[in-house]
Amino acid sequence: MCSYIVEKAALFGSAKGPKGWMHIDTANVYYDHPYHAPLDHALGIDFICEAEGGRDRVAVEISAESARELVKKILAALATGDAVHAAIAAE
Amino acid sequence: MNFPYQAMLAETVTFKGHNGDLGEAYFARPLGPGPFAGVVIIHHMPGWDEWIKEVPRKLAYHGFLGIAPHLYFREGPGDPDDIGARVRAAGGVPDEQVIGDVAGAMEFVRALPYANGKVAVMGFCSGGRHTYLVACRLPNVDAAIDCWGGNVIVDDPALLNDKRPRAPIELTENLRCPLFGIFGNDDPNPSPDHVNRTEALLKKLGKTYEFHRYDGAGHGFFANNRPSYRAEQATDGWKKVIAFLHKHIGGQR
Repeated sequence: MCSYIVEKAALFGSAKGPKGWMHIDTANVYYDHPYHAPLDHALGIDFICEAEGGRDRVAVEISAESARELVKKILAALATGDAVHAAIAAE
Repeated sequence: MNFPYQAMLAETVTFKGHNGDLGEAYFARPLGPGPFAGVVIIHHMPGWDEWIKEVPRKLAYHGFLGIAPHLYFREGPGDPDDIGARVRAAGGVPDEQVIGDVAGAMEFVRALPYANGKVAVMGFCSGGRHTYLVACRLPNVDAAIDCWGGNVIVDDPALLNDKRPRAPIELTENLRCPLFGIFGNDDPNPSPDHVNRTEALLKKLGKTYEFHRYDGAGHGFFANNRPSYRAEQATDGWKKVIAFLHKHIGGQR
C-alpha cells in the first residue's frame, strides 16, 4: 500500500549529490513502494537540507533486510570508532 | 496479409487542473478518426513514474484515449522522483486538489475532436483510493476502475487529516457510475475484509459494481517491474479491465 508516513531525523553533516557536496540537516525516512529499486516495498532515505529549501536530495531505496543490516553496521562502526578513540585518549 | 494498420501517438501535454493551474500529463491516443473513449489514469503515491506512463499506451493500443496527469506538477520543475519525494515529505497532496486535477484531465479528453464524450477514471494503490473518491464526487465520471486502492475504508480516525479529511467509503451513496474493483487476496490494505465491507455497502445501496479478487496475488500485481507481479492474474485482470471499459464507455476497438 502507499504510505504517507515519513520519519524525520534531524542531523548535521554533508552529502554528495548530482551538484556536488551539500550541507544536510534532515533525513526523511519512509517504507513504501520504491521509485527505482525492483522491490514491492523499500526503505527510503532522502538526505536533504530543509534550511535551504530541501529541493535537492541524496536518495537511497534499499530492502528492509538491507536497512536492518545497515543499522547494525552503523552502530558497529560507531562502537568500534568510540573504542579506538577512547584507547588513544587513554595513552 | 490482412492485418489492420495500428498506430498511436504518445506525448506530454498541458492540461488545466485544479484552480486553473496548468500542469503536464502523459497522453496516448490511437491514430485514426475515432470516436474514442477516454480514461484518466491516477498514479500512486511515489509519483509520475515510468510504469504509470505505460498504462496510457496500453489503453491506446486497445482503442482508448489514455491520459495520466502528473498530480505533483505544482512542486516542479524537476525529476518526477525528486518531486514525489518532496510531496511525500509534505504528507501527500490534498484530496480536493486531486479531484480538481482529475476533473481537468477529463475535460482535456472530452474536448478532443476525436473523443466520444465518455471518460473513465482508473487508479492504482493510493490512485485507486483517489478513483473511488473522484467517482463519488464528480458528476460526470462514466466508469471507474479501482485497482487495489488502500484506505478507502479508514478504521482509525487518526489517519484522517486536512489533506484527506474523509474516508472515501463514506461518500459511496453519491457514486453515480459503474465501479470496477480488482484486488489481490493476499493484500493487507485493502484486505479481503476491507473489500467485503466495501462490496456489502455497494450492494446495500444498489450501486452498479464489478469486483474481481485473485488468489495468489497481493498488492500491485500488475506492476511487472516488481516482485509482486503475477503474470496469470495480471493478464486476466487486464482483459477484464478492457472489457469493462468497452462495455461502459464504448469507443473503437
